[in-house]
Amino acid sequence: MLASSFENIIDKGDEILITAMEHHSNLVPWQQLCFKKDAKLKVVPITDEGDLDMEFLDSMLSEKVKLLAFAHISNVMGTINPVKEITAKAHKFGIPVVIDGAQAVAHAKVDVMDLDCEFYCFSAHKAYGPMGMGVLYGKQQWLNNLQPYQYGGEMISTVSFEKTTFNELPYKFEAGTPNVEGALAMAEAFRYIDNIGIGNIVEHEDALLKYATEKLTEIDGMRIIGRSKNKTSVISFLVGDIHPYDMGTLLDQMGVAVRTGNHCAQPLIDNFCIPGTVRASFAVYNSREEVDYFIGALRKSLAMLA
Amino acid sequence: MTIKEKEDALVSEFEMFDEWMDKYSYIIELGKEMPLIDEKHKDPQHLISGCQSRVWLNAEIKDGKIQFAADSDAVITKGIISLLLKVVGNEEPKDIAGANFGFLEKIGLKDHLSPTRANGLVSMVRQIKLYAKAFQLKNMNQRN
Repeated sequence: MLASSFENIIDKGDEILITAMEHHSNLVPWQQLCFKKDAKLKVVPITDEGDLDMEFLDSMLSEKVKLLAFAHISNVMGTINPVKEITAKAHKFGIPVVIDGAQAVAHAKVDVMDLDCEFYCFSAHKAYGPMGMGVLYGKQQWLNNLQPYQYGGEMISTVSFEKTTFNELPYKFEAGTPNVEGALAMAEAFRYIDNIGIGNIVEHEDALLKYATEKLTEIDGMRIIGRSKNKTSVISFLVGDIHPYDMGTLLDQMGVAVRTGNHCAQPLIDNFCIPGTVRASFAVYNSREEVDYFIGALRKSLAMLA
Repeated sequence: MTIKEKEDALVSEFEMFDEWMDKYSYIIELGKEMPLIDEKHKDPQHLISGCQSRVWLNAEIKDGKIQFAADSDAVITKGIISLLLKVVGNEEPKDIAGANFGFLEKIGLKDHLSPTRANGLVSMVRQIKLYAKAFQLKNMNQRN
């Protein structure tokens, strides 16, 4: 939606900055916008540890950049980007910031006012909510200036055959019949998170991350992709030259749900020159015993594949 | 043996396994027996799309029968394609084009593959059939 609405802001020769760790959702829309407007898409590189290369970012910021879009947390490596610092850097050049918070809202404290970002978005299903539902936060002045991206019912103020004036926020961006049940379910999901307390969730998941990382590191040939000092409870890994698909298939047989492949971040995977990874993610409902079970299952599958 | 007979033989072979682990160990072993694709054919043209791991498949016709050769960078995928080739290898294009691969369900392989992986299996079957249909068409054109 934002990429469509930015069409009247981005011009030929302008630059849009993203990072090398973006999910396709925060890459393809900007890339397509750049194609359409003959603008340049530039990519901030990452270090071997999986952190954003902040010096490189500094060198890429300029008045030519009309937008900086990046993930709060990498869905592949779990890296938590220094969002506040990055936003402040961008603002020095008057660049608006779009943060993809899909991986963050259920695993970290997010305060958009404190971050001071222009936009922050996330999907409900990454926070125990329903699919097909999401949130876009935007500063009012920005949202007022953006064009609607879809036209239809409810989003208009007056209509004649000659012209249409659009409704005020947020209706201007909510054409058609709203997904009421999705919104209600999403609100409930966030109440669930609030009831447990994001602080407690972070503490619990950090402990699982630390424990699982320790246990994984004991395995011969283990390679963890993404070793940032500041990460959430996501561990992407490879063992020796075993294909992630093989490990994933066997883990699946033992009832361990991991994701394998490129995790919708193909450029990032290509960056590491690997066929993909196995990714174990720990959430609020996981336990230490489950980490033990996962490690046991992993060792069993490695024995079969050796 | 006909395709159907080969399918039945595999189904009874798999019925001997009580444990899923044995089943998978067997699939991995099967991969080692497969006719390997020539290195020069490991190119984008022979790559099957829709698979999470890379799978290359080539087919050539010899005395009216199709000879398949394949490879994959994942050993389980390699075993699965080997299983398929065991059934359709050295068969006539029309028989392969008409095969329904019902044995995959009977040996419980389809349930054991998650949605994206099952898509990979579907892609492999589709590619095998595409080759068969292409050779069938070529035969018909030659006859005309």
